[in-house]
Amino acid sequence: MQQPREHTLKAFDEDIDRLRALIAQMGGLAEHAIGEAMRCLAQRDLEGARKVVEDDKKLDRLEIETEGRVVQLIALRAPMAGDLREAVAALKISGVVERIGDYAKNIARRVPKLEDAGQIEPLSLLPEMARIATQMVHDVLDAFVNRDAEAAVAVAERDQAVDDFYDSIFRALLTHMMEKPNNIGQSAHLLFVAKNLERVGDHATNIAEMVYFAATGEQMAERLEKAGSL
Amino acid sequence: MTPEAEIDTLPQHGQAADELPGPRTPKMRARDISVFYGDKQALKDVSIDIHDDRVTAFIGPSGCGKSTFLRCLNRMNDTIPAARVTGRIELDGEDINSSKMDVVQLRARVGMVFQKPNPFPKSIYENVAYGPRIHGLATGRQELDEIVENSLKRAGLWDEVKDRLQDSGTALSGGQQQRLCIARTIAVDPEVILMDEPASALDPIATAKIEELIHELRGRYAIAIVTHNMQQAARVSQRTAFFHLGELIEYGKTKDIFTNPRHQRTQDYITGRYG
Repeated sequence: MQQPREHTLKAFDEDIDRLRALIAQMGGLAEHAIGEAMRCLAQRDLEGARKVVEDDKKLDRLEIETEGRVVQLIALRAPMAGDLREAVAALKISGVVERIGDYAKNIARRVPKLEDAGQIEPLSLLPEMARIATQMVHDVLDAFVNRDAEAAVAVAERDQAVDDFYDSIFRALLTHMMEKPNNIGQSAHLLFVAKNLERVGDHATNIAEMVYFAATGEQMAERLEKAGSL
Repeated sequence: MTPEAEIDTLPQHGQAADELPGPRTPKMRARDISVFYGDKQALKDVSIDIHDDRVTAFIGPSGCGKSTFLRCLNRMNDTIPAARVTGRIELDGEDINSSKMDVVQLRARVGMVFQKPNPFPKSIYENVAYGPRIHGLATGRQELDEIVENSLKRAGLWDEVKDRLQDSGTALSGGQQQRLCIARTIAVDPEVILMDEPASALDPIATAKIEELIHELRGRYAIAIVTHNMQQAARVSQRTAFFHLGELIEYGKTKDIFTNPRHQRTQDYITGRYG
């Protein structure tokens, strides 16, 4: 259901706008962090990787700020219906986005360990996988800010592509490990990077479900079941 | 099982109680109720069932018709000369507007508590004893004493007044007066209790006591409450009806109305976007 009108109490709208802006800001940081971590990985940029790790603290701080604002909104404004669902979604989404930031940090931390890795073939697949996963994060947070349930469904549907990438990288790395046992350590690190990106896709999908519920009051799974039974 | 579980909150065997097979007969059934005050139509074709094991809340902006509808349920609109009511209201299947219905008897079966506590200017005891006495519910003084004590206990007032039953009812605090009025209503052993903004003139503590009382009375009586306080409707009711401009816009489980209303106007009203 749309919420086209403003609240009679203007300060309520300001609170909600501020909450949306915080989530958008967190999403922007997480998206940037993944992109940077992957760039540093490709270019072996140790300094850049350190900065990604350092910058993750911003996300942690924003998560705490979001939590405080949601609690305050519930206490002071007593939100109902769509407003309440949105406040709860914002609280949950901020936790998930913070987690996505942790994955970026995790990838960045592996950069030094891969510094002298030669050309490992799956490495060429990772940037494209990262691009899809971060685009999902970007789009799902747009969907949240716009209360767009359909856009959220579209994001969730893209998770399969990320999973497919993961499966194919997994197989390629396994083959690589068998062929070049002296590279197993580095291959294992790359496998973790791929796993982290796969988790980013999963989390974007979780956010999509939260956005869908906030916007419609119904669970996305129920809708997909209904669509499946038609 | 708690009454709560029987109603909505806990599904049984994967089904909510409402969806369980078998007909549920409502205590009161209103069909196509319209009310006119002279030329002005205050209520348009409202149909609602009131069940005896739950609290039904009527919400909506001023002038939406919620109090008008409540007053139809025990024919309080009869007292307004220009008011005309059409449609059918049944109490246990019986037409309450039929000529055979004794309106005094009806109002004993369907009691009402008003916004402003209105105790009689008599003793606390007499306030409660008056109804049972005129309806001949007690055969002697001892039985009347018991009814008064039980009613005051059920209204959560006994401990506060048992040592001063002969004091004037009007000397009590606002919250106590309102509970006295509730005791007076339940003294005649009603089946339905209608409450019109019962706590809006009370402070938060007295309000909480009234809400707790409503909670305790549920299951024994069918309760319908009109309230401007949406949080109160959310706290005390299991069903909520939203009225707007004389129409019933949405009627459903309270938990659905306040988390996921179906109609835009309900959503606008409960989220503070009305007007």
